[in-house]
Amino acid sequence: MNQMNPDGYTTADGRKIGPVLMEMKNITLRFGGVKAITDISFDIREGEIRAIIGPNGAGKSSMLNVISGFYVPQEGEVWFKGHRRGPMRPYQVARLGIARTFQNIALFDGMSVLDNIMTGRLTLMKSGLFSQAMWWGRAEREETGHREKVEKIIDFLEIQSIRKTPVGRLPYGLKKRVELARALAAEPRLLLLDEPMAGMNVEEKEDMCRFILDVNDEFGTTIALIEHDMGVVMDLSDRVVVMDYGKKIGDGTPEEVRNNPDVINAYLGVSHD
Amino acid sequence: MPDQLLYAIEAGLNGLMAGVLYSLVALGFVLIFKASGIFNYAQGVLALFAALTLVGFQNGQIPFAHLINAVFGTDLHEFGWHLPAIVAIVLTGAVMVGLAIIIERYVLKHLVNQAPIILFMATIGMAYFLEGLGDIMWGADIKKLDVGLPQGINETIDTVTFNALGYGFFIDNLDIVASVVAALLVISLTIFSQYSKQGRALRAVADDHQAALSVGISLRFIWVLVWSIAGFVALVAGIMWGSKSGVQFSLSLIALKALPVLMLGGFTSIPGAIVGGLIIGMGEKLFEFFVGPMIGGATENWFAYALALLFLVFRPQGLFGEKIIERV
Repeated sequence: MNQMNPDGYTTADGRKIGPVLMEMKNITLRFGGVKAITDISFDIREGEIRAIIGPNGAGKSSMLNVISGFYVPQEGEVWFKGHRRGPMRPYQVARLGIARTFQNIALFDGMSVLDNIMTGRLTLMKSGLFSQAMWWGRAEREETGHREKVEKIIDFLEIQSIRKTPVGRLPYGLKKRVELARALAAEPRLLLLDEPMAGMNVEEKEDMCRFILDVNDEFGTTIALIEHDMGVVMDLSDRVVVMDYGKKIGDGTPEEVRNNPDVINAYLGVSHD
Repeated sequence: MPDQLLYAIEAGLNGLMAGVLYSLVALGFVLIFKASGIFNYAQGVLALFAALTLVGFQNGQIPFAHLINAVFGTDLHEFGWHLPAIVAIVLTGAVMVGLAIIIERYVLKHLVNQAPIILFMATIGMAYFLEGLGDIMWGADIKKLDVGLPQGINETIDTVTFNALGYGFFIDNLDIVASVVAALLVISLTIFSQYSKQGRALRAVADDHQAALSVGISLRFIWVLVWSIAGFVALVAGIMWGSKSGVQFSLSLIALKALPVLMLGGFTSIPGAIVGGLIIGMGEKLFEFFVGPMIGGATENWFAYALALLFLVFRPQGLFGEKIIERV
């Protein structure tokens, strides 16, 4: 099977999937006596769209928070770009090139859309405090460069008309899009999306789907996303991890997962979709 | 022009100048409140501590001299040198940055995600600790602070107004310097927060901690940065107050005048702190001038608070504060 090739393969629709970018090995996460994640291992390959699905309370968000450094697992190893990652603060993880969005949107409400997206580039800005004061010209050139990149993302996500609007005033669906834009602005190696379609109407969902596919296609960004809308996930992702009660019960292509009896019992069997 | 009006104008102008000093202290409050949502009760004491340290460095005082003498039976007081003002200011600035690092490391770091009231209580504790520390380090006597700023009546304004109006206005040179410094401070702070990388990070942290972390901002670094800036603003305020009325411990109480200033200007607005300070400064002088004689004077003690109360009733977010909207 070509998906087992360690150096990568080409998908049916012609996208290139590379070697393993991130690998989670035997992750266990506890909150006091409660096990949120039990001994889960999976990998994410370069260029693919990887979904983590499962019913409510399955531990999906916990998993995403482990990847992005918001939680530190008690057991297991996190490997990124072929190196083992020690315990890290979330901002350090972000500087490694892992950007994320949040399930309940964490934007800077007081700032404009443009400023919000610009914060995504903070880790890429080189000029320090002192050099900014001393060499104004250079800092300004750098700023212009970053602005160009950000404008490209704004065009790409079709939010030109709200560039100057304070984020706090935007409707929910647009906020989600701005959050995606901010994550993209960091030019991440790995993009983590926590329920990108949650709470959206059908039209907004379709838009978001299209943007996720386009981002992956255009920038070659590796994407890991959490979702409990099964239909969406099956159309979108290359491979799917299924979780239930903190354990992994399935892993494979959407087709494989769909036919996995454990998954059908735990999840699809009670699905209303 | 009638004399009464001229006196009033003079009083108002002097009030404006005094207001600049209120603004300087209020500015420190606003910076920390904006960036971390903490109301820093210790801001006034920071200014006092900065001024004490500055005088201590300038006069070559040995820190903790009393303590050392009491413990070891020695008789140490001074190193016997006098540092130039600019060197002492730079050293004091370094001490304020050190203080910011210590505060972050030993106080704030352990209070992440605590309710604002807890953080507020922590700053009250810090205020008394710092006041005591300042006392032990540098002694409790009133000290003269002279960093070479011009003082006394501005002759030019006196002469010009005398020739034009037949009455010379008394404006203190120090107040003029304080105004210019405050203006420069506000302009540079605004440029810093709007256009620099760290300024943007600072605004981001002020808005949402989680989101700030997710774009790679280190909260701890930002907190040290904010407290350093607040320490620097406190130093400037300490220099101005100290030059005007000597470095004394009542400075930390005067600093509480910044509270009504903040209620007027809004807790989150840098221009608000400035405008609020000016309104309070001028308001209390004019009120004392016009209404004071009718009700027996000494209105300056309470006028600011009464005005602030009035504002709380009609515009609780202050003149420039963010509008409080509860979305249901």
